[in-house]
Amino acid sequence: MSMTDEAPRLIERPVAASGEATPAPGMAPLATERDVVFQSQDVSVYYGSFRAVRDVTFDVPKNEIMALIGPSGCGKSTVLRCYNRMNDLIENARVTGSITYRGTDLYDERVDPVEVRRRIGMVFQKPNPFPKSIYDNVAYGPRVAGQKKGLDDIVENSLRKAALWEEVNDRLNDSALGLSGGQQQRLCIARAIAVGPDVLLMDEPCSALDPIATARIEDLMQEIKQDYTIMIVTHNMQQAARVSDTTAFFTADVRSENDTRTGILVEVDTTQKIFSNPSDERTENYVTGRFG
Amino acid sequence: MTDTSVVHPDQLTVDQLQIAPSRRYREVIIRYTLVVAALVSVLVSTLIVWSLLREAWTFITGVVWADTWGQRGWFPRRGLYDIPTIVVASLIVTGIAMVVAGPLGLGAAVYLSEYANRRVRSWLKPALEILAGIPSVVLGFFALTWIAPNIVGHIGRTTFLVLGAVILLGYAAISAGLARTKIKQYREGTADPSARIGAVASIAMLVVVFVLAGAWTLNVWLEFVPNNAGSLAAAGIGVGILTIPLVASISEDAMAAVPDSLREASAGLGARKMTTASSVVLPAAISGIVAAFIVAVSRAIGETMVVFMAGGAADAARFADSPMEGGLTMTAAMASLASGTDSVVGEGLTFQSLYFVGLLLFLITLSLNIIASRFVSKVREAY
Repeated sequence: MSMTDEAPRLIERPVAASGEATPAPGMAPLATERDVVFQSQDVSVYYGSFRAVRDVTFDVPKNEIMALIGPSGCGKSTVLRCYNRMNDLIENARVTGSITYRGTDLYDERVDPVEVRRRIGMVFQKPNPFPKSIYDNVAYGPRVAGQKKGLDDIVENSLRKAALWEEVNDRLNDSALGLSGGQQQRLCIARAIAVGPDVLLMDEPCSALDPIATARIEDLMQEIKQDYTIMIVTHNMQQAARVSDTTAFFTADVRSENDTRTGILVEVDTTQKIFSNPSDERTENYVTGRFG
Repeated sequence: MTDTSVVHPDQLTVDQLQIAPSRRYREVIIRYTLVVAALVSVLVSTLIVWSLLREAWTFITGVVWADTWGQRGWFPRRGLYDIPTIVVASLIVTGIAMVVAGPLGLGAAVYLSEYANRRVRSWLKPALEILAGIPSVVLGFFALTWIAPNIVGHIGRTTFLVLGAVILLGYAAISAGLARTKIKQYREGTADPSARIGAVASIAMLVVVFVLAGAWTLNVWLEFVPNNAGSLAAAGIGVGILTIPLVASISEDAMAAVPDSLREASAGLGARKMTTASSVVLPAAISGIVAAFIVAVSRAIGETMVVFMAGGAADAARFADSPMEGGLTMTAAMASLASGTDSVVGEGLTFQSLYFVGLLLFLITLSLNIIASRFVSKVREAY
């Protein structure tokens, strides 16, 4: 295993956004000293010869919630999926640049993507429980990792953390497909937690849910962030403003001469600053609703 | 509540919204032409089944039933209609065909749906479809002239025992896996009562098949006679090759219907490809895979040309319970009886026996197809 269990290192440089199209003038350092989980450097993602995202550089602080926002087609989901090597599943997808996770290059050729995904869990846009029982859904990850004992405790703890235990503890053997959409999504969160990851990637986890279910999931994110680092892609700016500590704003760079759209990172800052006093005009236009 | 005081400056009349008369007649003609087309196929099927039933009924009422059991041979021209002879031969051929087509077809399906990239799939799938398009007479010839001497001819006593043991163990492992989930459901009481009965029944069936197949294998081994000419084994392998594409394509369809979101969920939890395939995709697609197997069984039982050519028997056969012997399946019995310039001649009920076997075959494949379509519709419900 090429990933070490050493403590996340402290960095002493400001969390900065860059990219050729983003000079980010006068950006205040986010923090000078804090734990960082991920550092990305000049990350580009290609689908075949098409460059979907280019030159993304930013750091993800530990035990915080980071929101990735931006208009449709700006590549935020694509970027998110780089962090647990989910893009490996897509034929023709290629990632360049570097992403380090606790100091180790995630794309080192010796790194096994399966090991990565056991540490960096993911919750998807549409609730996608397996057509199995609630219990088997949550126990799936530990079982895949070879665990046979103590599954009952893991299932219970994970469901409790996902605030679902009270609702389902009397029907753990019922099919997960019988749950409501919001319950299914919390089940998917429980399922991701059961593996014992230290990062959760959430790709628009509430876009298929009603406001009440959304509020529950947002509360849940606040509760679990002391144990996990969370990156969330969201279309909903209010959601980003409500739940996240830091926000990265992406936009699409449209080249009219060859009609291509490439996602670029505009700026990363504290959520408060992004929504009240962003450094970049494009961010301001987006968050105030003038664009996007 | 129409307000009569409203004035419509651009008043429409019903005439303006009517269909043109010529157009109306055309629509009627089109409609009835299509109805006739649909009815003709129904009518033809009904007539076929009717003629089958009529002649089969003559046989059923005319035959001495004691002569259909224990005569140890199918000699229709002499009035000996031993039904077990042809049914057992059909079962042996179908069993061997499924042993060949099951693992290969399912393996191909898993590879195509879970492993192959777009480039490999773009030539492998058409290649499989070409295999499905090979005329069965060509495969029959291949089975007789190549499979019989080069594969079956090399199977000796020990090889047979090893092969039999491997196949039986594989079957036992798969049934144990299936039974385990059923038993678990049973113990937790999650399954509803009817499903419980189904679980018990299916486990019992798996055990019975295992015991029967084991006893049969042992019996064949004890009385083993090598054979490199036409045999039920050669025919069975040929039919198996013929049904591989069927198993592969229906199973692959079922697996392709499993949404990618489930594969992503599984991968996201740290599962490897094989784990995702076996723990998520296969269980989710199980109805379609079972349907594929049933359709393949139905196709194998109904296959005629390969068993006729490579089965190692002409128009009559002694009872054979070893795949190494030549034998006559239900379909081959019918084909051989009906072929030749003298049409069907022989003792009184020879002609009618053909219809009786046909009816038997029809009922078997009909019930298999009904079961299979139930499984297929279950797949559609799930997503």
